[in-house]
Parts: sequence; C-alpha cells; structure tokens
Amino acid sequence: MAARILLQATDIQRALTRIAHEIVESNHGSSGLVILGIPTRGVFLAQRIGQVLETIEPGSVEVGSLDVTMYRDDLTRHPTRLSNPTQIPPGGIDGKVVVLVDDVLMSGRTIRAGLDALAAIGRPKAVRLAVLIDRGHRELPIRADYVGKNVPSAATERISVRLQEIDAYEEVTIA
Amino acid sequence: MRHLLSTAELTRQQALAILDTAEDMADVSGREIKKLPTLRGRTVVNLFFEDSTRTRISFEVAAKRLSADVINFSAKGSSLSKGESLKDTAQTLQAMGADGVVIRHPASGAPHTLAHAGWIDAGVVNAGDGTHEHPTQALLDAFTIRRRLHGTASRGRDLDGVSVTIVGDILHSRVARSNIWLLALLGARIRLVAPATLLPVGIGSWPVETGFDLDTAVDEGPDVLMMLRVQGERMHDAFFPGEREYSREWGLTDERLARLPEGTMVMHPGPMNRGLEISAAAADSPASTVLEQVAGGVSVRMSVLYHLLAGEES
Amino acid sequence: MTLRVAPSDRGAVTRIVGATLPDGSRADLAIADGVFVDAASRADRTIDAAGLIALPGLVDLHTHLREPGFEQAETVLTGTMAAAAGGYTAVFAMANTQPVQDTAGVVEQVQALGRRAGYATVRPIGAVTVGLKGVQLAEIGAMAASRAGVTVFSDDGMCVHDPLLMRRALEYVATFGGVVAQHAQDPRLTEAAQMNEGAVSARLGLAGWPAVAEESIIARDVLLAEHVGARLHVCHVSTAGAVEVIRWAKARGIRVTAEATPHHLLLTEDLAEGYDARFKVNPPLRTSEDVEALRAGLADGTIDIVATDHAPHPTEAKECAWAEAANGMVGLESALSVVHAAVVETGLLDWDDVARVMSRAPARIGGLRGQGGAFAIGAPAHLALYDPAARTTFSAGSLRGRSTNSPYLGRELPGRVLHVFHGGVPTVADGELRPIEEVAR
Repeated sequence: MAARILLQATDIQRALTRIAHEIVESNHGSSGLVILGIPTRGVFLAQRIGQVLETIEPGSVEVGSLDVTMYRDDLTRHPTRLSNPTQIPPGGIDGKVVVLVDDVLMSGRTIRAGLDALAAIGRPKAVRLAVLIDRGHRELPIRADYVGKNVPSAATERISVRLQEIDAYEEVTIA
Repeated sequence: MRHLLSTAELTRQQALAILDTAEDMADVSGREIKKLPTLRGRTVVNLFFEDSTRTRISFEVAAKRLSADVINFSAKGSSLSKGESLKDTAQTLQAMGADGVVIRHPASGAPHTLAHAGWIDAGVVNAGDGTHEHPTQALLDAFTIRRRLHGTASRGRDLDGVSVTIVGDILHSRVARSNIWLLALLGARIRLVAPATLLPVGIGSWPVETGFDLDTAVDEGPDVLMMLRVQGERMHDAFFPGEREYSREWGLTDERLARLPEGTMVMHPGPMNRGLEISAAAADSPASTVLEQVAGGVSVRMSVLYHLLAGEES
Repeated sequence: MTLRVAPSDRGAVTRIVGATLPDGSRADLAIADGVFVDAASRADRTIDAAGLIALPGLVDLHTHLREPGFEQAETVLTGTMAAAAGGYTAVFAMANTQPVQDTAGVVEQVQALGRRAGYATVRPIGAVTVGLKGVQLAEIGAMAASRAGVTVFSDDGMCVHDPLLMRRALEYVATFGGVVAQHAQDPRLTEAAQMNEGAVSARLGLAGWPAVAEESIIARDVLLAEHVGARLHVCHVSTAGAVEVIRWAKARGIRVTAEATPHHLLLTEDLAEGYDARFKVNPPLRTSEDVEALRAGLADGTIDIVATDHAPHPTEAKECAWAEAANGMVGLESALSVVHAAVVETGLLDWDDVARVMSRAPARIGGLRGQGGAFAIGAPAHLALYDPAARTTFSAGSLRGRSTNSPYLGRELPGRVLHVFHGGVPTVADGELRPIEEVAR
C-alpha cells in the first residue's frame, strides 16, 4: 500500500517552532530548562527546538541527549542493541525542568525507560515530554505535554519519520 | 555474540561495538548512581580456577553495575581445589541457572571446552586461559589507547596506524596473544621485542615484526610501549640467566623512559614487578596508563557482559 | 555364510571361495582343525569371498591392553575383541600395566588371559627397566625364558633416556635374542608438552613437543645400536626428520626397524584447534609434511610396519580441558581402514605391501612364528577377509573395546573387515564378532 505523507519538511519545522513557543510559554521563560533528545532522531529534534529557543531567549538554552537503551524492558526480545551517547549539559538536571524529546510516541515504554535513566542521573524539578507524532496505543500511563501532530493509527500501520540530518529528505509518512 | 573466548575470533564490527558501548558504560561509572538495570535478574558466575583478586573483582563490579546477581567460585577451599572436574562444575552451574560464566583456568582451551561441550547454555567469557588468551584485557588495553588518543571523541574509531611495541615473555603471555589479534584487527602496527627464548617458534605467520633489541625499538618512538610481566621462575628453565640481565636488556629503565617521545603511552597488564621489567619511575610517570587500564577494565567488562547477556541471542 | 555345523566342531572344513590374495590373484582357501587345508576338500560350510581381499591375520606390535591395573579402560578380553574386529590375530601387549610387566609372573598372567579369551594371540612385551623408572634393568632373561616367551622389550610410555642404560639394554636384550623397542622422547625437551611445537601450538597457547626431541633420541639410539651390534626397534615414528635418520641408519647397515601408527599416516596437528582431547596423543599429531614423509617411508621400506599404539582411556580422561586429558587413541578396529585410506587409496602401497607391513614384518620383528605367512597348507589358519569396496561412517558402534576415545568418530572410512579366523576359529563372521563362549578356550 502506498505511503501517505503526514508532514512535509515545512510542516515539521512549523510544528517544532510551535512546540518551542509552547515550552517557553508554559515554563514562563526559558530559564531552568534542559532539552534532552532521545536517540536517534529525538536528538535532532531537540537540537532544532533548542535553536528556536535560542532565537526567543538567546544564551539560555541547554540541549543534550539521553540514551535509554540500557533501561529498555524489551532487550531480550531483540538482537543486542548498540547504545548511543548520553550528553547531559554541564549544569546537570538537578532542580531543572527537563523536556524529553522523541519523534514518535506510541506505547510509552521508551519514555518510561527515559524516566528511569533520568532518575539515575539526578532529580529534576519536573519532567515534560515533547513529541513530533503521537499515534496512540499507549500501554503505560504516559502522556505528551507538547505534540507536533496527533495521528490516530492502526497498530499494524507503520509511521516513518525522516530528517535531513540523517536521512536523504524530510517527511513523515504512514503506510 | 554468545561467547567471548578469544580476540582472534572477533570481527572488526564486534570489536568496535564492544569498545563503543564501553564508552557509554564509562559515563555511568562517572555518575553518582553507578548502576544500570540492564541485566537485572541475570546470574553471572565467576569461575576462577586460578587466583586473581583484581580481575575477579573487576568482573564482579561490572556485573553488579548492570544489576546482575554475582556468584563467586574460587579455587581455594572449594570443591574446585578438591579436584571436581570442569564437567561436573559446569553441570552444577547449569542446574543453578547461570546465565553467564566468567572463567579463568590454568589450561589453555578450557573456556572453549566449557562453551562447546554441550554441558551448559550460559554465555562464556574467557578471563584468561593458560597461555592462550585474555580477551577482556586486550579490549581494555585498546579502549585505553583509544581514549588517550581521542578522548571523548573515541566512539567509532579504530587504531589505524598506531604503532604498538610489546616487550617481554611473549611465549607464555595470553595478554600478548589477545592484544596481537585485536590490535591487528583494528589496524595497528605491532612489534614484538624479547630474547629468542621467549618468542614462540612458528610465529612467522603472525601480523607482527619481531626484534631482540629494546633500545632499537625505543628509538623508533612507538605510540604505545606495552611491558609484559616476567616471571622469575623462568630463569630456572633457562629462558634467561637471571633478573639482572633481563632487566638490563629488556627492562623499561629510567634511561629508556627518558628517550621515549613525549606522547608515548607506557602500558602494563599488571601486576608489575617494579625494578624488573619496569622501573618504579616509569610505572608512576604520566606516560603510564596503568590506572586508566584498571578503570577501563570495568567499563569494558560491563560492555562485554551486556553484549553477551542482554539481547535475544543469549 | 550359514553355520550349519556347530562351531566347536573344529574338524569341520570351511571353504573360502574366490578370494583375492594380496598379490592380486584369485584363489580358493580352506580351513580345518586350525590349519589351512587343500581347497579342493569337501566343505561343510562355504564363504563366498568374491571381491574380498584375503590377508594374513594382522599382527600389532604395539597395543595397550591395560590389564592388569587399568581395567576400567580395557581388559585383555575386550582389547583382543577390538583386535579381532580390526582383522588382527596377534597383539603384542605393552608393559605399562599395574603392576608393570617387568617380571615373569606378570607376563605369564597376561599371556594366559589372552589364551583363555581366544580372540587373538597375546604376546606380552617386557619392560626394559623395573617399574619403567629408567634406573635398573628388569629381569629380561626370566621374561624371555618364561611361558610368555618375551622377545620385545619396551618402556613405552617412557623413554629410556639415560644413554648408558640404553646401551646396556641394547646389549643385554640381544643376549636373549630380543629387541628393545624405544619410545623416543627426550623428557627434558618435552616437559609438560601438549602438542607438536609449531605455528598451531604458538597460536593455541599449548606447550610444544618439538620434533627434535624425537629425532635426537633416535639418532643417538641408532648409533648405540651400531656400536654394540644390536637390533633396535623405534616405536611410533612421527616426524619427517626421524624418517631421514632411520633411512640413513639402514643405509649404513644398522639393524633398526621402525613403526608408524595409522593416525600419524592420516591426521595432522590442525585437529587440535578445537581443543578436543580425542586428538591428544604422544607422540603428537604433526604437520602434513610429516604425514607425507611417513607415507613415503612406509612405501620405500624405511618404516617397516604399521602398529596401532591402541591406547584406551575412560571418558573422563578425555572430556576435560586439553592439558588435563590423557594421551592416546584407540586404533585396533580402525587400523586397516585408515591404512587403506592413507596409503592404498593414494596409490603408495598395494595389498601385498599391506600384508607385509601389517602382518608379515611385525611377526618377523616380534619373533612370532606361525603368523604373517602366505596361507601354506598345514600352516595355522590366521586369516582376515576384507571388503575394500565398502564405505562406512566410523562411529562408537564400530568399536568393540571398552573405551571410545577414537579420533575417527563421524569420519567416513573405506573398507570393512568381514571374516577373521584365529587359528582356524572364527572370531569375526559376516562383519560381527563371534560370542565369547564360541571363541574362548
């Protein structure tokens, strides 16, 4: 079956810009924010959100990455996964508002692993979640605070996010 | 990967995967909570037929940092010292549900036999077998070299063009063998220096150059100088006349240390015979990577346990 | 073949029809009362031997029967059953038993056990030194004069290392018309050795057993034998260098004979790669150059005979780390097939050569009369009928001794022993061992 395009490149950038503004608004400014992307594509989305925040309030932005591989609950169901770097900004996460960023939210298990990973690193004041696509089918009580697009989907459908930092082109499709 | 028995059997991809994961494990060791839940519920058995407190503790720390349960079988005062056979011990471990077995044994090939005889399902890590191999030592040595050369940008990098000179009792050294296969795999240039009595017959096909003279090797300015521990007992089997002559000919003396280029790393797998194969000053100099090797050892062993026990092939 | 007549009726005539003799000609043979008789006699039973090669019963100059002392690995009964299954009608039993075969009493005991079992003629080998310790000569004269009639003396397992003692042994054994069979291994050069010294041992981290440790002893011993004018036999030659030393010695007229095992004619050191101790043996498996030189030596007569060095071990002695495992392989049942694969299929030896190296010459070297001959009328009927066209996968089921440490398990080998007569008594018929009650005396 042919893939249907959900978001084009401009739609993606528009969504990220809106998310960045929503974050600043609900946080009453950008101080105390730490934006952590979940590899692989969440990291690029976090960087882009960080760039938008930099235009809103220069000098305030702390962006990094949080690898959750070692905290996953499904390691034994797949061949051995390679881990990715975790880069926490020099200020750490204690007392900060951490915004986790991922490309697609579905079962919520990746985010659950992310919460466990954060707990081993420090004690944030609050943890929020920003995702480009929320496609439903939650298996855990996890919800996103900032959503690029809600996409009701069948569990059998496949949603692909392509970003220029790593793929040849930019788009989000469903098939 | 089901077992890690030798570096000779590793592919380049596997070696880099282990080293890269070790980078992430090293980050964990730098945090306040030095623990990951990854191997929770798994049982790792340290089966040490040879005494080795340092290596055993390194594996124990690595397993515990991954939240695995650790059981120690060591030689003294156990059924192992009473002559219980490898096969019987293995079947006991199988009945206990061991997921991973870390084995150190005085007989070359014992880990291979344990892994392939059909007695156990567990993944087997060779922690040193006779004079054959000590793969995690070679991996932590490569990890240490990489970190010294590239710091935090080490991920994904090999050791292409790095010159490594290994000095000492090559004939009896499992550390030397494992290092030779791994360093060659990662693109390093290897030179061996030893008296002819301590070089194995039949290394013509090995990816190394050999020489008898340490001064020549020092003056070539290698990136890494790896000193091997020499055992005093060897002089009773006429491998060399005595400690004084050995130290004069093949020891890393203060004088040779001074002639090494600024950036040369001095490595030693430990334990060191200060004053014999390495002078005290050399052991404590900034060129010495001995403490980094120990720290790297835990990260590398965490990575190895992860690769053997976490995924579905385990 | 149908046994219409009770096997105990030794007067019955068995005719063997259409067998191929070692020289390639076809002939009929007949056996009655334990000897060969005129093939034209009326037969009580007939064996159709079309396509089968008739060999004189094989004679093994180097077997370990393990009894007395190591019966969990093998006994004289089980060992001679294995021998019969391999086409052998005589075995020389090495002296490293417990107690050691260093007195008349022990050798007579072993010989009696063999006689009672009936599957093959057992000729005990006497130790050269007391307890195989290499210090004091054993009672060689007493053993030679005993009912066991010992003619071959060996400390096999151990090397007679002391040069003075080896000189004395050569002279003293010659006094009684016997021969010293030396296990050539310099103990100082092979302390804790595990496998052939070379590229494989360097990589596997196993202590090496250098070829020179064998060659230097053989070189010394042939010169000693020359000096004192005695015979010398060299056990299990395994290196190309050793073959050259022996060739040189024979050219000088030194009265040296030599044996090679089937495994040294076929297998190489690469088999040690998986640390499977079934391939651990002393002397060790060597390189393909050594295998080639041994085959050529067997073909040109430098190596006089094939001897199995059948060395049974219990499973726990092999199912362990290599360094802890015992040395040795069982080899009686597989010997003829392995020789077939190694030197007949490769065109180096024909079946007459096989009869020579596996029967005639070993009988001559061991002074064993009545075996190894050419089926003359009136001669004792020691005979093996072998089907060279068969091919089987050698397995534990092919073994008839008590131990299973064979390096050929799972390997396809040519040929099959179908019938064996030991002094006219069938020990193997239609490829199966005859039961103990039938064969026992």
